[in-house]
Amino acid sequence: MELFRVKKDIPFMSYGRLTTAISLITFILAIFFLATRGLNFGVDFTGGTMMEVSYPQAADLNKIRQAVDSIGLKDATVQNFGSSRDVLIRLPAREGISGSQLSEQMLASLKTVDSSVLMSRVEFVGPQVGEELYENGALALLLVTVGIMLYLAMRFEWRFAVAAIIANMHDVIIILGFFAFFQWEFNLTVLAAVLAVLGYSVNESVVVFDRVRENFRKMRKASVVTVIDNAITRTMSRTVITHFSTQLMVLSMLLFGGEVLHNFSLALTIGILFGIYSSVLVACPIAMYLGVNRTNLIGDVEKKEGEKKEAVAEPHPSDFA
Amino acid sequence: MNRYPMWKNILVATMILMGLIYTIPNFFGESPAVQITPAKNTTKLDPALLGKVEEIFKQEKIEYDGVYQDARGIKARFANTDTQIKAKDVLQANLGKDYTVALNLLSRSPAWLRSLGAKPMYLGLDLRGGVHFLLQVDMKAALSKAAERFVGDFRIALRKERISYVGVTREGETVQIRFNNEAELIKAKTVISKEYPNLTLNESTVGEEKILKASLNLVEQKTIQDFAIKQNIQTLHNRINELGVAEPIIQQQGADRVVVQLPGVQDTAKAKEILGRTATLEIRLVDEDKSDFATLEMADKGQAPIGDDVFKDREGRAILVKKNVVLTGDYITDAGPGVDGQSGRSTVNVTLDARGARIFQQVTRENVGKRMAILLIEKGNTEVITAPVINEEIGGGRVQISGMANTQEATDIALLLRAGALAAPMDIVEERTVGPSMGEENIKRGMHSTLWGFAAIAVFMIVYYAMFGGISVIALSVNLLLLVAVLSMLQATLTLPGLAAVALTLGMAIDANVLINERIREELRNGNTPQASIHAGYERAWDTILDSNVTTLIAGLALFMFGSGPVKGFAVVHVLGILTSMFSAVVVSRAIVNLLHGYRRKVNKLSIG
Repeated sequence: MELFRVKKDIPFMSYGRLTTAISLITFILAIFFLATRGLNFGVDFTGGTMMEVSYPQAADLNKIRQAVDSIGLKDATVQNFGSSRDVLIRLPAREGISGSQLSEQMLASLKTVDSSVLMSRVEFVGPQVGEELYENGALALLLVTVGIMLYLAMRFEWRFAVAAIIANMHDVIIILGFFAFFQWEFNLTVLAAVLAVLGYSVNESVVVFDRVRENFRKMRKASVVTVIDNAITRTMSRTVITHFSTQLMVLSMLLFGGEVLHNFSLALTIGILFGIYSSVLVACPIAMYLGVNRTNLIGDVEKKEGEKKEAVAEPHPSDFA
Repeated sequence: MNRYPMWKNILVATMILMGLIYTIPNFFGESPAVQITPAKNTTKLDPALLGKVEEIFKQEKIEYDGVYQDARGIKARFANTDTQIKAKDVLQANLGKDYTVALNLLSRSPAWLRSLGAKPMYLGLDLRGGVHFLLQVDMKAALSKAAERFVGDFRIALRKERISYVGVTREGETVQIRFNNEAELIKAKTVISKEYPNLTLNESTVGEEKILKASLNLVEQKTIQDFAIKQNIQTLHNRINELGVAEPIIQQQGADRVVVQLPGVQDTAKAKEILGRTATLEIRLVDEDKSDFATLEMADKGQAPIGDDVFKDREGRAILVKKNVVLTGDYITDAGPGVDGQSGRSTVNVTLDARGARIFQQVTRENVGKRMAILLIEKGNTEVITAPVINEEIGGGRVQISGMANTQEATDIALLLRAGALAAPMDIVEERTVGPSMGEENIKRGMHSTLWGFAAIAVFMIVYYAMFGGISVIALSVNLLLLVAVLSMLQATLTLPGLAAVALTLGMAIDANVLINERIREELRNGNTPQASIHAGYERAWDTILDSNVTTLIAGLALFMFGSGPVKGFAVVHVLGILTSMFSAVVVSRAIVNLLHGYRRKVNKLSIG
C-alpha cells in the first residue's frame, strides 16, 4: 500500500505566506488564552491536596460536600470523574495546616457518612515543594530548548537550529493554549508530555533538514526553494506514517490509560497533530527567511562529500556478486 | 553486501536471548511472602534461624512453598494471603522483638532464574500501592537545640573554672553569657574558645552588664545539620522497622529533606503518626522550694521563677520544674509497655544505658523525698506525664513510668522511646498515597494501553509495508523485549508514567523503521536493484535516525535531571527505550532482512507494499 505517490514536488514554499499566517493566528490565539484564562495548574505546582475516593455504589456528591464542609473546608471542590462511583476532592493549600493531616481528617469525615468509602489515591504537595517543581519544570524546558539548539547548530547550522526551535516552541505554546482554553488540569505528567513532544517534533525538523542538506549536495543547480520543496515532498510520506503510528499508541493510552494518563495523552495528541505541520511548514520557511543556502550548509567540504555520496547512490556492480 | 559478519549475527542472537531471560521473571507473577530481618542493624543474622523458622512452620502446621535465606534476611513464600498472615503472627510471637517480620511479595520465578539475578521489574508505589513521603527537616530547630546544649555546657564549664557570671541564656541560635565585669568575661572567653573552637565569640555591653555572645560558625552549623539529618534517617529506619514494612526506602534528598517510601502500607494514618512524631522524654526535678501556692499561681499565668519552667500535668495543674535536665531520651536503650503490679494501670518500662543509670542513681540518691517530673515533649508541647515522689535511691537503670492513659498509649510511647528521638522535627511537605486496588488498576491500564497500541501499529505496518512492515513489527517487539529486560536488570522503578513511556517510546521508535522502509521504497523507485536499495536505505536512514534520536535523548535527559517522582520514572524509561530502539530498529531489523535476502542469488522484487 502506498498513500503518497507524488510525481512532482509540491510547491510548499510558495504557500509560505499562508502557512505562516495560519501559524501566527493559532499562536496568537494560544497566547491570548494563556494570558486571559491562564493554566489550570494541578496540585503538583500550586501545592494543596487532591484525594481520589471510590464507593461500591454511585456516590452521593451532596453528602460528600456536607462532610467536607463539616470539617471547615468550604473552598474544597468535589466532583465525579471517570465513573459515578469515583470522586475527586481537591483542597487548596493552606497556611498552617499540614496537608497530610487534612487528608486523614477528610477520610475520617467521609467514613462517618458512608463507611464503604475507599481511598484510592492521595496527593499532597506543600506550597514550597510546588514552587520548586514549577521552577524545575521551567528549568527543564529551558535546558531542553538550549540543548536541542546547540545540537542542531553543531550538526547543521544555526539557522536550522533557530528555525527548528521556533517551530517547536510554537507547538508547545499551542498545547499550553489548548490547556488554558479548556482549563484542563496541567500537572507534572502533562509537563513530561510537553517535553517529550518537544524532543519528538524536533525529530521531524531534523528529518527534513537532513534531506535539505542531502539535496543541496545532489541538486547542484537547483534553487533553495526547489531544494526545500523537494525535501518536504520526499519526506512527507514518512512524516505522516510516523505521526500516524505514534498517534495510534497515544490514542490507545487515551482510551485505556485512565484518569492519570488522560491529560498526558491529550497533550501528546495536540503536540503530534500540530507537530506534523509546524516542523515542516513553520520550520522550513523560517530557515529560508533566515537565509539558508548551499554555502552555509555544506561549505567547503561540498565537493568531497558530494562525490562520496554519489558513489553510494550508484554502487559498483561488483557489490552484487 | 547485505550479509552480516558472523559476530554481528551472534550479537543479535545473544541480545535477544538475554532479553528473554531477563524478561521471563515478569511472567511468573508474585506470591505472598514473609520476610524476616534483624530488628537492629547491629544484630547479625543467626545462621541457625533458617532451621528455626522451618521448625516453627512444622510445629504450627503452616504450609509454605519455599523458604530461603539471602543477604538481608530470610524469606518464605506461601500459597495464599491467609497463610501468609498466619505465618507472620506465629513467627513474630516465636521470634520475639529481635527480629522484624514483615509481609512481602516474592517473585515466583524458578531458582535458576533467581541465581542469574533475573528479577521482575521493580514496581513503583503507584503500581503496587503504598505511601511516598517527602519530609523536611526543621534545621532551625536543630540549631536551637544545639544552642540549648551549649547553655548547659557553659554553665558547667564556668562553674568548674570558678568564673562568676550573672546568667546564661539562649537567644535564638546564639548563647549569651552575662557578666558583671570585664575581667570575668575575658577569663570566660579564654576558657570557652579553648574548649569550643568552633564557636564565634562576640563581646558587647548593655548597661552595666558585659555580654559574651557565642554563635555557631558555618562549619559547625553544617556539622550539626548533617548530624541532624543522619540521626533522623536512623530514627526513621528504627521506627519503620517497628512498623514491619518490607523493602522501605529511606533516602536523603538535598541538604534538608528525606524521602520515605513504604510499599504496600495500607494504614497511612498510623504510618504518618509514627513517622512524624518527635516525642522525646526528659526527666527533670520538680522545684519543691518554690512550689508554694503564690508562686504556682503566678507561674500559671506564665511567670515562672528564674531557673524554672512551668508545665501542666495531665490533670491541668501547673508544676514548676527546674530548667536543668537530668536525663533525656538519648540514654534509653529499651522501652516496653507494662502494667503496674499494684495499681493495675498501664506503664512504660524503660531501661537506661550505663551512663544514664549512673546519673539516675546519683540524682535519686541526692533527692529522696522530692518529686521527679517525667516530661513528654512533642511538637513543641511539653506535658508532665507523671511526677512521682522519689522514695529511695534507684539503681540498675530500670525505670517504671506510670501515668499512661491506657495500654495503647503505653505501647505508642514505648515504641517512640525505643526507636529513638528525632534530632530535629520534620514536616511532611509532599505525600503521594496510592491504594492497593488502584495500583493493580494502574498496571492494567498501562498494559492495555501498550498492548492495544502495539497491536494497532502492528496491523497498520503490515498492511502498509507488507513483509518489511512485518520485519519492523518484529524489530519493535524486540525493542519491547529489550526494554523490559533492561528495566528488570537495572531494577529501575517502574511507575505508571513509566508504563506510559514504554508505550510512547514504542510509538516513536517505529519512526526509525518507517524512515528505513520509505528510503528503500524511494531507492527502488529510482530504479535501483532490490539489494542495492536495501543497502542504501539502511545506510542513508541511519544518519537521520541518529540525529532525531539524539534530540529526543536530550529531552529525556533534561526530564531525568529536573523531574521528580512521576516525571523521573517517565524519563528513565524514555531514555532507555530510545537506546534499545536504536539497536532493535536498525541492527535487529537489518539482521532479519539480511537473513531473508542477503543469501539469495537473485532478488527480483521486495515485498514492501
